[in-house]
Amino acid sequence: MSNIPDGLRYSAEHEWVSGPDADGVVRIGITDFAQDALGDVVYVDLPEVGTEIEAESTVGEVESTKSVSDLFAPVTGTVTARNEELDADPAKLNADPYGEGWLMEVSVKDPAQVEALLDAEGYRQQVG
Amino acid sequence: MSPNQDLRTTPLHAVHAEAGATFTDFGGWQMPLKYGSELSEHHAVRKAAGLFDLSHMGEVRVTGRQAAEALDYALTARVSNVAPGRAKYSLICTEAGTILDDLIVYRLDDGQDDAAREYLVVPNAGNASSVAAALTERSVGFEATVRNESAQTALVAIQGPEAARILSLVLPEDQAAALPELKYYAARTVTVRTGTGEVPVLLARTGYTGEDGFELIIGPVADRDELSAAATAVWHALSAAGAEAGVEVLPCGLASRDSLRLEAGMPLYGNELDLGHLPSESGAGMAVPLKSKETDFVGRDALLAAREAGTGTTSGQAIVALRAAGRRAARAGYAVLDGDGNRIGEVTSGIPSPTLGYPIALARVDVAHREPGTEVAVDLRGKAEPFTVVELPFYRRQD
Repeated sequence: MSNIPDGLRYSAEHEWVSGPDADGVVRIGITDFAQDALGDVVYVDLPEVGTEIEAESTVGEVESTKSVSDLFAPVTGTVTARNEELDADPAKLNADPYGEGWLMEVSVKDPAQVEALLDAEGYRQQVG
Repeated sequence: MSPNQDLRTTPLHAVHAEAGATFTDFGGWQMPLKYGSELSEHHAVRKAAGLFDLSHMGEVRVTGRQAAEALDYALTARVSNVAPGRAKYSLICTEAGTILDDLIVYRLDDGQDDAAREYLVVPNAGNASSVAAALTERSVGFEATVRNESAQTALVAIQGPEAARILSLVLPEDQAAALPELKYYAARTVTVRTGTGEVPVLLARTGYTGEDGFELIIGPVADRDELSAAATAVWHALSAAGAEAGVEVLPCGLASRDSLRLEAGMPLYGNELDLGHLPSESGAGMAVPLKSKETDFVGRDALLAAREAGTGTTSGQAIVALRAAGRRAARAGYAVLDGDGNRIGEVTSGIPSPTLGYPIALARVDVAHREPGTEVAVDLRGKAEPFTVVELPFYRRQD
């Protein structure tokens, strides 16, 4: 059974989004289910800080020994930070997908977009 | 991800499920893809030892006074030159010279009695029945009998620098003492001592990882439960022997099997090898001894004509090894481009190499670009990234 913490929002493309902080910034990563399906991650390509991203568009990729997967933006907004440590140690993404393996932070344009994502129960049903 | 009911499972399926394996469909079989981390499994084989269930592979026994002649005709290799106890890598081709499968043929008889000639052919899982059918058809007119024993046979491999030391712990003393003399591509019958009794196996020093290692062929055993019990006992005996030797023998899935074979520069049927290409277009020309093999074999005329035409050397396409300048890996099916952006071929296999730390690939490209040192590009999802043609293999073990 993969770990799906309550309190996060989830996209159908197996990403998690934290609730917006006071500045309207969310943290984004991939789920435990996604990291397990991908296998050992060896390379993560993330958008530069300052990049405007649009929900459901491709913004990067996650490469494992077996495959490469597109990274979709779960929300629309501006990238304010990215996890630079993944460059040297992409295995963090497998070991701690909801913690040290986070991908990027985005200042969301419309907080309602975050609310509209799946909750933990909805995502659990999706991955069955 | 519910299991497909049409897929076959190996006699070790319960062992894998117990170990928490993630399964994948491969060649009509439900096989372990990985148990935990496929990178750890890969590194275990390079540094210590890994255990593989290869029971999906086929086993076809060919016996009789003219078994060697029948196989000489059916396969590309000179099977009649194989000494007792030795093995040979070969292709089996179509009349058109394209590749039906790649396989290993073991000579099992002791050479004392011509009427008792015996060979074991080990084809790929997905091709086992077509190879058995082709061997049967091609044996007509020869005094030879072909039996497909794939369903009654299990195959376990132990691969890695510690494999010999671990294996010797499960063999009787005299057989363990003789292990260092077992040459690469040689095989002999041994007895594996397990927790539930002795299991006779055909022990071969062969593999698909680029490391020293062994394959243990168990069977044929007609009763499925009995076969499963024997294979399970051998599997657990090797694991336990690892613990005894102070080595963690990791069970390894197909993901690490693929990354290991690719680093070693070995072709995979369905990627580099297929029914659409000749051996010389597939990096497998060395398995067709056109110069030294004087007897006829299926595909020979087409292959002689192709050699005359220079296919794979001066015309057409050939398999090359590629090394990435950057960090993004080329994957099977991606286009290979020349400096002007013209398409010159296609990637057949590609991974980020766990051992080497950079992406590697095999690709089939126009022969003009086959020389090591040639700069090419691979279209990585819309962006042309630089790659260099390099020598094979990518990885070679230090002895």
